[in-house]
Amino acid sequence: MIKSTCPGSPELIALGAEAVLVKACYEGMPSIFKVRVRKPYRDRGLDTMLIRSRSEVEAKILAELRLKGLNVPALYYVDLSEGLIVMEFVEGPLLRDLIYRGSEKALKCLEELGELVASVHDAGVVHGDITTSNVIVGGDGVYLVDFGLAKYSRRLEDLATDIHLFIRSVESTHYGLKEALLRHFMKGYAKVKGRDFTDSLLIKVKEIRMRGRYVEERRVRRGI
Amino acid sequence: MIILGIESSAHTFGVGVVRDEPPHILADVRFVYKPKTGGIHPKEASQYFMSNAPEAVKEALSKAGVKVRDLDGIAVALGPGMGPCLRVGATLARAMASYYGKPLIPVNHALAHVEIGKMLFSFKNPLIVYLSGGNTLIASFSEGRYRIFGETLDISLGNFLDTLARELGIAPPYVVSGLHQIDRCAQNGKNFIELPYVVKGQDVSFSGLLTAALKLYKSSRAELSDICYSAREIAYSAIIEVSERALAHTGNKEVLVVGGVASSPVLRSKFEVMSRLRGVELGIVPPQYAVDNGVMIAWTGLLLLKHGVHVRPEEAYVRQRWKLDQVDVPWLARTNSSGS
Repeated sequence: MIKSTCPGSPELIALGAEAVLVKACYEGMPSIFKVRVRKPYRDRGLDTMLIRSRSEVEAKILAELRLKGLNVPALYYVDLSEGLIVMEFVEGPLLRDLIYRGSEKALKCLEELGELVASVHDAGVVHGDITTSNVIVGGDGVYLVDFGLAKYSRRLEDLATDIHLFIRSVESTHYGLKEALLRHFMKGYAKVKGRDFTDSLLIKVKEIRMRGRYVEERRVRRGI
Repeated sequence: MIILGIESSAHTFGVGVVRDEPPHILADVRFVYKPKTGGIHPKEASQYFMSNAPEAVKEALSKAGVKVRDLDGIAVALGPGMGPCLRVGATLARAMASYYGKPLIPVNHALAHVEIGKMLFSFKNPLIVYLSGGNTLIASFSEGRYRIFGETLDISLGNFLDTLARELGIAPPYVVSGLHQIDRCAQNGKNFIELPYVVKGQDVSFSGLLTAALKLYKSSRAELSDICYSAREIAYSAIIEVSERALAHTGNKEVLVVGGVASSPVLRSKFEVMSRLRGVELGIVPPQYAVDNGVMIAWTGLLLLKHGVHVRPEEAYVRQRWKLDQVDVPWLARTNSSGS
């Protein structure tokens, strides 16, 4: 399909849940080839719909955010029928691993991530899967990657869901450090979006959490 | 060690007796409340439980061939679940424990589903996919507890299937010969219709899908069987997708599917395909133990008591919203589940 113009063989980076990530060269630049693979357990019609729509939205959003100067991989090439996206390879460790290693940089990165997520929200985009393994700490700051579940939205509900999912992923991945990590994240977020907006967003986040199954804080209805 | 366990969180009043050496299961008695119309009515269910509780305990003891004095402890499910139902089991367990002077072991119902599954498959550290009438969640062990990686943002998968079937006029009964009415109705479906597919991070959401499917049905613009087929394909695929995402994230090498909804043969085959592709071992708790039962409560109670967990009867209050990630699991080493 595409001829590699650089030496060295392609390298499998990750066998993700919905896509295969391969590092290879594209037009002389180290790149990530993301291919959404068919899932034999899914109805074919559903499969086609998901692969096409997710690839399309991901590519559009990557290009748009990059044009706004935000730290996301640059978009190089798209083939919707193949479910293929070629994008910039961002060099650096995952934020998750930096935290596991107890790096001093971690808290500063969380604050930068908060700023980046706020800017993404400002651009009318929600990421849909913010986790510390979807953040690469590059030479010139943190990069948000994997916009596979991203969508266009400015609704407070969707923005708050984005934050809710991030909080939950920090709770399950970095339980012991969650308070410090989240405090720095929210500090960065508020720098961009302002204290008032951030506070109203956090009220919505709490409301979403309360909607979950068997939430202890939710008051039991009287009279049962 | 011999433990008697009592389950009463929803529609099943179950009493199980287990011991710490094989064969582990000595008795498994169940009384199941079946509503004539609609879903579970908590008050009716609890009344049904109250009238059958004494018989259930007597039968379990006689099947196990033990007397109350032979028991090392009384285990009871204190949550999560429906308050009026849980209170029947809790009251009985408190009474037995204080009258006979036995240790009373508080058991989390969700943890019990997990532990009985681990025993059946001899799994060490599986990714947990918990699908029942009340629960839809994905969990993995980390830092002393099962941590929740994904769950439903609104209704559970079981609730989705039951409500859809009821509103489409094909239930109750919800399950006929081991097959849910939605799976049954979907067998004749051929055309996939686009309906909302919602996966947010590791989470799923089914309320939008339910509304859209019912709206389509009321508009009479699609065949009932096609609606069943499409709604089911979307719901099951979303579950498999978040399970697969969690596996990629945690690096677990085993998947354990627990809870009553896991008995769907269609869902089972989707899990089989996914597990083969990812090269992980799959355990789906068989229907007999996937649904609520007293054995799983007794077994988890046994593990807890071996680690010194028991409470005074006055401390054994029901917790309708006692989540899986609020329970310490002392028999698993304090490990970080992450593969890295």
